[in-house]
Amino acid sequence: MSTETIDLKTRLITDFHARESVMNGEAGSAFHQKKRAALAQFDELGFPTIKNEEWKYSNVRDLISVSYNFNADSSIELADLEDLKIPVQDANIIYFVNGHYSPELSRIVSSSDQITIDSLANAYKKNPSLVNSFFNELTQDDNDAFTALNTAFTQDGIFVNVPDNQSVEHPIILRFVSDARTQNVGSQPRNIIAVGRNAQVKLAEAFRTLGNERSFTNSVTEIYVGEEANVEYYKVQNESENSYHVGTTQVRMLDRSHFYAGTVTLNGRFTRNNLNIIIDGERCEAHMYGLYFPDGTQHVDNHTVADHRKPNSESNELYKGILRDKAKGVFNGKIFVRPDAQKTNAFQSCKNIVLSTEATMNTKPQLEIFADDVKCSHGTTTGQIDEEALFYMRSRGISKPEALSLLMFAFCADVVSQIKIDSIREYLENVIADKLASK
Amino acid sequence: MQLVFQDVACDFLLRPKLVTFAVNYHELYIKYKLVMLSINELRASIEGKEILKGINLEVKPGEVHAIMGPNGSGKSTLASVLAGREEYEVTGGTVIYDGKDILEMAPEDRAAEGIFLAFQYPVEIPGVTTINFLKTAVNEIRKYRGENPLDAAQFLKMVREKAKLVSMNDSLLKRALNEGFSGGEKKRNEIFQMAVLEPKLAILDETDSGLDIDALRIVAEGVNTLRSPERATIVVTHYQRLLDYIVPDFVHVLYKGRIVKSGPKELAFELEEKGYDWIKAEVEAVG
Repeated sequence: MSTETIDLKTRLITDFHARESVMNGEAGSAFHQKKRAALAQFDELGFPTIKNEEWKYSNVRDLISVSYNFNADSSIELADLEDLKIPVQDANIIYFVNGHYSPELSRIVSSSDQITIDSLANAYKKNPSLVNSFFNELTQDDNDAFTALNTAFTQDGIFVNVPDNQSVEHPIILRFVSDARTQNVGSQPRNIIAVGRNAQVKLAEAFRTLGNERSFTNSVTEIYVGEEANVEYYKVQNESENSYHVGTTQVRMLDRSHFYAGTVTLNGRFTRNNLNIIIDGERCEAHMYGLYFPDGTQHVDNHTVADHRKPNSESNELYKGILRDKAKGVFNGKIFVRPDAQKTNAFQSCKNIVLSTEATMNTKPQLEIFADDVKCSHGTTTGQIDEEALFYMRSRGISKPEALSLLMFAFCADVVSQIKIDSIREYLENVIADKLASK
Repeated sequence: MQLVFQDVACDFLLRPKLVTFAVNYHELYIKYKLVMLSINELRASIEGKEILKGINLEVKPGEVHAIMGPNGSGKSTLASVLAGREEYEVTGGTVIYDGKDILEMAPEDRAAEGIFLAFQYPVEIPGVTTINFLKTAVNEIRKYRGENPLDAAQFLKMVREKAKLVSMNDSLLKRALNEGFSGGEKKRNEIFQMAVLEPKLAILDETDSGLDIDALRIVAEGVNTLRSPERATIVVTHYQRLLDYIVPDFVHVLYKGRIVKSGPKELAFELEEKGYDWIKAEVEAVG
């Protein structure tokens, strides 16, 4: 373990105790006890090294080699964000700058009868026991240093509570902006999405970075999907060449619920996405789509878990990536089928195009099946652009760069088309087309 | 080629205003029925193995040339080399098309110059609709020629007319290119693309392969509809049956990388009747 590692870890632990000492009575709360336990777990685990099987191909040495200001102020205004905007109409748009809720920038259009949308800090002030009942309940068994770190330092994020039988018309767009214009900044947003029985909601998390200093985002989102609920959740990262991102989304589904996840990594120095879905109900459907385009020396790692605990449910996963230059990609997809989860259908596929001999992709499907009457499949492919298709297009007068971008766009299409928030899908189509055309 | 330029030069002397159109060889070729495509001692190999061993062929506008020959004789290689497939290495000879040496040209530039290859095995491209593919192709070619792109309405109108011309079902246009198409639909899509791109030189590579007689007839009808005095067609085929429907002006027999026999359309009947063995015997006898 390098001295730098000890440095950031020690600094964080010291910081925690300093904060704790000025908390007065609140330090004794159940909420804080969870945080304290998480800190102890973080202390015990330490930042992962590549000896840790879960982090074998993703080295965080670079990420933890510097310090970050986790309490950075920002003078950000809407005008600064013009270029970073996803044009979304008729949506709830909630901004977090350096991890802190910004009421000035945010706009909530859904009525409060229909849905609670509040910052986690405000929600906790109003109803500590409600927030605490959801906090860290899904992630407590995560055994991951970054998740534990986030839990220990939970301050702000979003709290969404959709009551039973409510169908929320307007999507909720969460924009996490790191203002790295003058210093290295860190943020640890913590989000709780609780969706009641037979309720419906669409959400998106969008991560952007302003400026060229380093940003480190360590986000955790817990999503509770009630019985017969229908939840769509998208995560879009379009950060800077100096952005480090570790994010965990932990989901629990109850009977007959549907959950759709779309994880798109457009840009960032280092990205690790964990998407863990516990299918704790019968006749559920979980869909996971992912897309990533690392270039230069970027690194994108997607770890997913579909944990089937009850019978008769289905999970379906498709991840696709295009890697250029010296980029590195990692896909690790776990499917667990527990002894009770008979009649499970679980499908997983990861397809990659590697455009350079120096780019690498590590894929690892991992199936652990303890039931005997199940249908599971997995497949991964990593290859080059189809030369025959390229020649076919060129023989019709389409230039090589145009043909390449058409082929790559087509490759992405079956993931992009799964994104059901129109404005986000259109935004992605444009950004992806630009990204493919610019090379 | 010497003769060609002399004739053109004479024309310029008599009618000087034509000089401004001097680069438009195509008009002149049609006017004088001169050679549009001239292949001279063309040699090509793939992975170090020589397939074409000195091909000579001249094609004029309006003509239909059939290239026949046994399997492995180099027919498809010739079609591929003309279209610019990069796996083949040209090791000798020249190909002058429309006054230009095309061997150094990228496939897309050859297409923009008016060369079209109908593939033996049209490629399935999931995620790209036929209509989007063609719109990109048409507008890239127009860009190459210095023309403005067609807008959506103009393009759609043109495409509908062409689809009708070659009996192409409109519903296929919205589907991903060739994905899940039947063999007949794929081949018809090739002819449809040819109708849209209006090439000066169309090369049909084994268009009859894998087609039943009805599909063959429909595809041939499409090709015949597109026959014109301005357009030259090279039909590469193993069997004579396609030539019942697309009647050639000339038939050439390719064997071991060379054109060993040329003749009028009747040569095709002779090949159908007697097979290729007598040609092989003739060639072997000459040594």
